[in-house]
Amino acid sequence: MLLIRRLLLGLVIAANFCFPQWSMGGESQNEIKIGSKKFTESVILGEMAYHLINKKGVTAVHKAELGGTQILFKSLVQGELDIYPEYTGTIVQEIFSGELFRNEEEVRDKLESMGILMSKPIGFNNSYIIGMKKEAAKKFGIDKISDLKNYPELKFGFSNEFMDRGDGWPSLQRKYNLPQRDVRGIDHDIGYRGLENGSIDVIDLYSTDAEIDYYDLKSLIDDLNHFPEYQAVFLYRSDFAMRNPESVKSLLRLEGMISESDMVKLNADVKLAGKSEGEVASKFLERKLNVKTEFYQMTIFEKLIRNTYDHLFLVVISLSAAIIIAIPLGIFAYKTAKFGQLLLGTIGVIQTIPSLALIVFMIPLLGIGAKPAIAALFLYSLLPIVRNTYSGLKDIPLQLSESAEALGLPSRVKMIKIELPLASRSILSGIKTAAVINVGTATLGAIIGAGGYGQPILTGIRLDDTGLILQGAIPAALLAFGVQWLFEMLEPIFVSKGLRLGE
Amino acid sequence: MLRLKNVSKKFENLQAVSSVDLTVSERETKVLVGPSGCGKSTLIRLAIGIIEPDEGEIYFKGELVAHENLLEIRRKIGYVIQEGGLFPHLTAVQNIKLVAEYLEWSSNKITARIKELAELTHFPKDALERFPLQLSGGQRQRVSLMRALMLDPEVLLLDEPLGALDPMIKADLQEELRTIFRTLGKAVVLVTHDINEAEFFADELLLMKDGKILQQGSIRELLKNPVDDFVEKFINAQRVRASN
Ligand SMILES: Nc1ncnc2c1ncn2[C@@H]1O[C@H](COP(=O)(O)OP(=O)(O)OP(=O)(O)O)[C@@H](O)[C@H]1O
Ligand SMILES: [Mg+2]
Repeated sequence: MLLIRRLLLGLVIAANFCFPQWSMGGESQNEIKIGSKKFTESVILGEMAYHLINKKGVTAVHKAELGGTQILFKSLVQGELDIYPEYTGTIVQEIFSGELFRNEEEVRDKLESMGILMSKPIGFNNSYIIGMKKEAAKKFGIDKISDLKNYPELKFGFSNEFMDRGDGWPSLQRKYNLPQRDVRGIDHDIGYRGLENGSIDVIDLYSTDAEIDYYDLKSLIDDLNHFPEYQAVFLYRSDFAMRNPESVKSLLRLEGMISESDMVKLNADVKLAGKSEGEVASKFLERKLNVKTEFYQMTIFEKLIRNTYDHLFLVVISLSAAIIIAIPLGIFAYKTAKFGQLLLGTIGVIQTIPSLALIVFMIPLLGIGAKPAIAALFLYSLLPIVRNTYSGLKDIPLQLSESAEALGLPSRVKMIKIELPLASRSILSGIKTAAVINVGTATLGAIIGAGGYGQPILTGIRLDDTGLILQGAIPAALLAFGVQWLFEMLEPIFVSKGLRLGE
Repeated sequence: MLRLKNVSKKFENLQAVSSVDLTVSERETKVLVGPSGCGKSTLIRLAIGIIEPDEGEIYFKGELVAHENLLEIRRKIGYVIQEGGLFPHLTAVQNIKLVAEYLEWSSNKITARIKELAELTHFPKDALERFPLQLSGGQRQRVSLMRALMLDPEVLLLDEPLGALDPMIKADLQEELRTIFRTLGKAVVLVTHDINEAEFFADELLLMKDGKILQQGSIRELLKNPVDDFVEKFINAQRVRASN
């Protein structure tokens, strides 16, 4: 583990060295880093914070759609982020789940002990609610959550976060004694579509969701008062506040400014009217606070260029590093039979970690952004190359390895002149496999702020916008084909003609 | 020149070579014959140090072969493996000059030497740039021979260098090879299945069976005083058929 950690750090240092603009872009000291979760409301609030702060002649960046609470809060504590919007209920129920707080003061104390400050409420309460289609609710005569007890056959689809958070499904089930068996964890945005096509009857919602009206949903009354308040607030680092009092002052102008109906409207403007978060946030600030801000709307083409650049950045660095490390590892595995098996086994285990999990595992080590994504992609690309290098060398026919041996060449020369060229085809095909996997997996990098083709896919899922999903999916698929083609073109260069004659 | 002293080698529970003594001197050709699987190739692989003996020692010019001097000694021995063992990713000429390049011979010296060898083996010049898969069987065997001869080694170990060739080419190459051995004064150990070929090359014949040397001497001696029935049978088997 230590070894892997060192390796990753070394990799990052090397990458920083080769691509200084990367570290300047993401890590510079006086840049203010704002994060948001991967749902529209959070992104809009993040944009507002960005506009308010960036305006004061200070550079701010908004790392949008970073994922869930755990990722955001950890990043804030570690200083990867300075600010992000959060909800009081989430802080109590999820971040500090299991701890008891008597009042808000105690929550503030706890946060402060971690170097984090909390703004006053922004104004709206975005509670969890349980909802279903209005017609269905009418048909069954369901009005309150406790009415659900009488219909055990109803199918529940809850957001993944809701499935296991402190105030989520398990405690809701206990409180209301609900009998339903068919309960699935799904993506929040996919849940609405499930309701539409009837594969799900009941979902969790946020009270400011634009979709409540759009999909004609009924929110069931929380008659046992299960859900706590979810007042929207900003969390920010105290050291950041100390250094940038002006920025904090601008940010806190939002306190008490956004009502629940404002927020529903803002959400609807993005999700239903198709405006950008930046535009919606900017217009709201102008209307409400009389703050003029500029928002820049990238064209589809500019976005494509941007995403392509980000995607290639992830792929090229992680793949090159994997090639540089994996070929020697494969040689090493071949030379030391016992240790080699151990090595192959270990790398094989890394491969079995689901890619999403691996990417998220990297956060405590490397924070958010391109670094953890590159590290995860690097680890993912190792196995095909190591394994193919190893098997390519191992499959050299005995009479060839014996005549190589009998020539009396030192083993390094023998490796370079004879063994590696003989294994070249296998190694190249390992690299090709790694590259194709890498291009696909890199789309997940968007979840932790690395950008790339995953970004429009993520946004597209959030906004239920197939066109947007395709803006990521199509170039990703084309890139995978392109990579495959490129390696086929490279074969004549790296694989001797003498080896290709047999076909 | 090369001496194997009391060497034995066991693969799992099969005694491939047991307590064999073999010496070959300058200007001498020893030929190993014996039924398939009797340990001939194993003995050759032991001689060049590709496999280590369980027992016994190997001396090259009186010096004990060990890890420290192994690479250097190998370069003084030319080895032609049973199946040819040419590297398919290299052209004929690249195969031949591989070690000379490592030793940083000048390209003039390399070119001159290859020209000399191609003449010696009657190898067509335009075939030098071809890959092994583009060569005929006989050409491939000659490339193997040229590779083995490139550094002008003092000892040659040839494991069926002419196996599976058509009789015409074979006869040609036999002539060429014997001339090479004689003019260059090499110490040669040659393995063959062909008794006529053995007789053609051999100063002395070594007949192996089950990992042991059953009898050695000229073919005439072996026929005159066979140590047992097997020796007579083995030698006559081919001669009888050949005379039919
Ligand atoms: N690496 C190995 N592991 C196990 N057994 C082996 C190995 N190499 C050779 N043998 C066995 O050792 C015995 C001697 O093999 P060797 O190759 O020396 O025979 P040979 O006399 O050269 O036969 P041929 O005339 O068919 O080439 C055979 O039974 C063979 O199966
Ligand atoms: Mg043999």
